[in-house]
Amino acid sequence: MSSDVPVLELRGLEKYFNTSSGLLDTVKNRITRKSPTFVQAVDGVNMQLWENQVQGVIGESGCGKTTLLRTLIGLYKPTNGQLLFHGDPVSEFTKEEWKEFRRHVQIVFQDPFNSLDPKFSVRRTVAEPLEIHGIAYDIGQIKEMLESVGLTPAEKYLGRFPNQLSGGEKQRVAIARGLITKPDVILADEPASMLDVSTQAEILNLLNKLTDEFGVSMVYISHDLSTVSYICDKINVMYLGRVVEEAPTKQLLTEPKHPYTQALIQSIPIPDPHYERERAAVGGEPGDPINMPAGCRFKNRCPERMDVCDQTPMDVALSDDTNRTVACHLYYDHSTEKTEQAQ
Amino acid sequence: MKVRAGMMRWWCKMSDPILEFNNVDIEYQTRGDNAVHAVNDATFTIDEHDYFGLVGESGCGKSTIADAIVGGLDDNGEISSGTIRYKGTEIQNYSESQFNKEIRWKEISVIPQSSMNSLDPVMKLSQQAVEIAKYHTDLSKAEAIDRLRELFDVVGLSESRIHDYPHQFSGGMQQRAIIAFSLFLQPSLIIADEPTTALDVIMQDQILDHINSLKEEWEISMLMITHDISVVFENCDTMAVMHGGQIAEAGNVVDLFDRPRHPYAILLQNAFPDVRYPDRELAVIEGHPPQLREKPDFCTFADRCPWSIAECYEGAPDPQSVEGDEDHQAWCIRANEMDELAADHLTKPAEGRSILEDIQ
Ligand SMILES: Nc1ncnc2c1ncn2[C@@H]1O[C@H](COP(=O)(O)OP(=O)(O)OP(=O)(O)O)[C@@H](O)[C@H]1O
Ligand SMILES: Nc1ncnc2c1ncn2[C@@H]1O[C@H](COP(=O)(O)OP(=O)(O)OP(=O)(O)O)[C@@H](O)[C@H]1O
Ligand code: SF4
Ligand SMILES: [Mg+2]
Ligand SMILES: [Mg+2]
Repeated sequence: MSSDVPVLELRGLEKYFNTSSGLLDTVKNRITRKSPTFVQAVDGVNMQLWENQVQGVIGESGCGKTTLLRTLIGLYKPTNGQLLFHGDPVSEFTKEEWKEFRRHVQIVFQDPFNSLDPKFSVRRTVAEPLEIHGIAYDIGQIKEMLESVGLTPAEKYLGRFPNQLSGGEKQRVAIARGLITKPDVILADEPASMLDVSTQAEILNLLNKLTDEFGVSMVYISHDLSTVSYICDKINVMYLGRVVEEAPTKQLLTEPKHPYTQALIQSIPIPDPHYERERAAVGGEPGDPINMPAGCRFKNRCPERMDVCDQTPMDVALSDDTNRTVACHLYYDHSTEKTEQAQ
Repeated sequence: MKVRAGMMRWWCKMSDPILEFNNVDIEYQTRGDNAVHAVNDATFTIDEHDYFGLVGESGCGKSTIADAIVGGLDDNGEISSGTIRYKGTEIQNYSESQFNKEIRWKEISVIPQSSMNSLDPVMKLSQQAVEIAKYHTDLSKAEAIDRLRELFDVVGLSESRIHDYPHQFSGGMQQRAIIAFSLFLQPSLIIADEPTTALDVIMQDQILDHINSLKEEWEISMLMITHDISVVFENCDTMAVMHGGQIAEAGNVVDLFDRPRHPYAILLQNAFPDVRYPDRELAVIEGHPPQLREKPDFCTFADRCPWSIAECYEGAPDPQSVEGDEDHQAWCIRANEMDELAADHLTKPAEGRSILEDIQ
């Protein structure tokens, strides 16, 4: 596999959900000639995931991170745009090619309370992907995997069912299940959100080892900015279905550019009861992906809002740094550039 | 605006306990004859109007404690000894119907750790509110829906979505809906098990800010379980740190921060990432807690503890008051030597420049 094309690439991805749920709504809409209401969950995202790269995705709850990930693994059909795997569009995959894809690309779902089958023991849960793909295995492998995510001794857990595990233990079973087939690409949706620091560090070290030693690539969704820096090379900040800032991790944390990113960093709690943290200045309602504002989607909450923000900001590369882009009117000269972004 | 932890302390001193745990043991039976002794000799007190934080490693018994309070342990679990008092009354032997009639929702409401899972998938959220109202209040259908609207506003959800089904909400939106439901009957004690894990930090900040304002407006007390010690330091008055089914240390948050005396609490604080200093290493506390097939008659941290001695294995440690303060207890036989033994760990490192100074 050549490495001059990204492992996974998204071009202009859009994913909308129709919320007129029932038949009744549909009929009503037809009679009243109202167009159905759409949730614009992901709206024009471009992303390239290269071999051995770890990209972080952070952003508001409900901004479309999970939808993005589910589309990346082919669980949702994009409304518009393209998904390429090693340069080949997945929309043209045959059944065999899908199976191959599924073997190489594994997902760790956001909520282990929902994603683990309650009728499956830990042992069966972790072994299932191997069985689906017809990969031979022995119990030693399963135990080793469980212990590497800190479920030690593995015997203690093998026969348990999900309801007999704590939240963080479920989460680690979900990670073990995702890693057992040795995938090349891992899509992890807040995989360590319930874990204490030390256990989290153990998992992050394991994931780091996979990417460093085995060339694994990963998309890592997290709300925890104080730990993403330990794993991600690069971070994408999403707001209401769009990526609003993209930068190498360290730079994003030390010099956030987009007002939303700045607010995020100011909102991280500090482990010191003597420290008086200023709360971020963004107030108001979080974004509503149904009634999207025109122009910059953050404008109603933005402390820097200007008149020009009623127009959609372009993704601009920062002049001093080609590695990062930001979609905000503060960062480009409007006399020389067009303000409407080509979609 | 910032509510500083510990600020309410002078006032709390005068109030009565709302919840008391006295030497509580909780066990689960599993297949074969293997019991899991999930919680052992747990003793702590939450005072009225206090926000109490419970932190500790994954699997140390936090949710088990939460479930036990409202009679919600799994079928294979039981409180095998000790007492739990709510407003002075022993409740650990209450029957299911007593819990329903006297405790759940009205007195104590729970935001479960699996909150995203606890919404009924086939019912619109507005219908779910009507159901709660029907069983526990005299509110009419319209009033129940109005109330849900108000509470949606409180947790930052758009009122226009009260008629949605749970699957139409993102993870964090579902978690906020659950928080709204937990406030529905204005309870005296809220047990919040990882209430903000699924939320982005801005939303977390706004919700905690709101939860904090409830303290005064609604006279609420809270048991907040979280893996994020910063959330406890910023929002709680008192706290306990657990390790391996035992309470390791308990007291006022400021005292625990300034003078941690249980080795696990000390190492935990050292390991905690601080976004102000992103160059610091993320530390692992080596080892794992022991399997508890029987009630431990030793300190469960002993195998991992840099300062353990033979006596640590000769009995579960009794609590020691830290520097004579009865309200600050550490369950470690060497607690009063820790300021010397752990001196290296207790001096906070002289830090470089905080990244936050540049952002303002
Ligand atoms: N099946 C669906 N039908 C309708 N709307 C949906 C569906 N799935 C997601 N949405 C909506 O799409 C938007 C994005 O949801 P998504 O789950 O991707 O958010 P997220 O960024 O993962 O949030 P969180 O951090 O809370 O998990 C939300 O407004 C959500 O309500
Ligand atoms: N129904 C059950 N049967 C057997 N063991 C159980 C059961 N429920 C929990 N346990 C075990 O009891 C211990 C305590 O679990 P608990 O859910 O209280 O942990 P926790 O502190 O909430 O952890 P987390 O932070 O990961 O949610 C764990 O080791 C868990 O495996
Ligand atoms: S009792 Fe012993 S083993 Fe336990 S924490 Fe104290 S010193 Fe360490
Ligand atoms: Mg999500
Ligand atoms: Mg738990």
